[in-house]
Amino acid sequence: MANAIREAASAFKRSPLLMGLSTLMVGLALFVMGLFSLATHNLRLALATIEERVEVVAYLREDTRQVDLDAAIETLQTLPGVEEVRYFSKAEALERAIRDLPEIAEVSTDLEVNPFPASLEVSFLPEGRTAEAVEAVAAIAEGFPVVEDVRYGREWVERLFFLRRIGGFTALILGGAFATVATLIIATAIRIAVFARREEIFVMRLVGARDSLIWRPFLLEGAATGLLGGALAILLTWLTYQAVFHFLFALDWIPMSWAWGGVGIGILFGVLASNLAVRRYLKEV
Amino acid sequence: MIKLLDVTKVYPRTGAALEGVNLHVPKGEFLFLTGHSGSGKSTTLRLIHMAEQPTSGEVRVSGFSSLRTSRREVWKVRRRVGFVFQDFRLLPGRDAMGNVAFALEVTGTPKKEIRPRAQRLLSQVGLSVKGRSQAHELSGGEQQRVAIARALASEPLVLLADEPTGNLDDRATRGILDLVWELNALGMAVVMATHDLELVRSYPSARVIELDQGRLVYDSSQAEGKE
Repeated sequence: MANAIREAASAFKRSPLLMGLSTLMVGLALFVMGLFSLATHNLRLALATIEERVEVVAYLREDTRQVDLDAAIETLQTLPGVEEVRYFSKAEALERAIRDLPEIAEVSTDLEVNPFPASLEVSFLPEGRTAEAVEAVAAIAEGFPVVEDVRYGREWVERLFFLRRIGGFTALILGGAFATVATLIIATAIRIAVFARREEIFVMRLVGARDSLIWRPFLLEGAATGLLGGALAILLTWLTYQAVFHFLFALDWIPMSWAWGGVGIGILFGVLASNLAVRRYLKEV
Repeated sequence: MIKLLDVTKVYPRTGAALEGVNLHVPKGEFLFLTGHSGSGKSTTLRLIHMAEQPTSGEVRVSGFSSLRTSRREVWKVRRRVGFVFQDFRLLPGRDAMGNVAFALEVTGTPKKEIRPRAQRLLSQVGLSVKGRSQAHELSGGEQQRVAIARALASEPLVLLADEPTGNLDDRATRGILDLVWELNALGMAVVMATHDLELVRSYPSARVIELDQGRLVYDSSQAEGKE
């Protein structure tokens, strides 16, 4: 193994330009994936923030009895996807209106009766935030005798979930395309590096080197190229993130598991591409 | 040492390169393999080197049979069979010493022994003072000597040479042949493919085989009633 590491290191020393270019190509290919991940992650976060506001509001009748209200709350709380059912009394509704709407605050002292109805606000678990779940909860809420009216912004919810589906689909297609291009670039870069050393493979095989001894330095070289390329991609993505954060708008850094995953993919592709390239030249002699 | 038993080699695109060839090369023999281009000389050498498998028949080299030797085990055959080419196949970017040392290193020679042994091999082929020269700084004859030194790294029992003087002038050709002749005198079998009949005639004690369109058409040992 020490010999293989020495051989792999000496390949970088003997052909620094070629190995440097291979690493750069791998790094740039993974950088594109890094930028895509950064954009996807932040879009996901933005969408999740909006989705948190998805709720069903059931306005209650004036003559609601406590026992009926309790039954409604209990039923709603057991529905799939429901996170919490909160009761807002008429007083709390007025208080909130005064706080959120200045024009209400101005006229509130003249009000003889509180016009705001009591309500039940149903929030959803992340996995329950689907158009179907929201509609189902709204339909059930509408059926309670204590409920006067139900609002959940049907059109808004449908658009939001449509946007989420479009986003997911686009991410899948674009991500797949970027990943394919990155894979091809990495494979080509590694193959060029191995191609440049095909004579070495030829001579090793010619003089009777064991296959394992031939493989090892090339696989290590592929892994090293993937590792360095992956590290370069993280650095470039991080610099881009910093530049956008400081000069354009605030955004979140990708989860580190994604970054390490990118490096892992770089190493894996490096080893696989080396493997395929060496296998080809081993057949020649 | 080497046996070809009813060996046929057919390439899918170009057809038969060898047809029903039987050949026995005993230890320490010097054999010239002659014939026109395309007669099957190189194919014969590649089969002996187990770079290829025969389509039918069997090749035996120093106890290894083509029928039972997988590609993963070919390295064991290669340690017993050295190979030199017309175009030398030296590694660019390495000097003469580096080229020989590389062969020693990848065949498992202990690190401490590599340089002294490489130096000895270079001396054996008459290049003791050229160790530091890059391949492109050497003449054709010198490059072929480095290739021979590299082939000797694993102390083979046989040296296969595919037109080793094809790119050399007369003087260098003579020098290489004399060197190979000396190696043969030390007990190493030599199988040399060449179409230079004048060269072959200048070594009358060597055995000569002629191939024509993949068939063995002449064997000096049988012509002289030796076998």
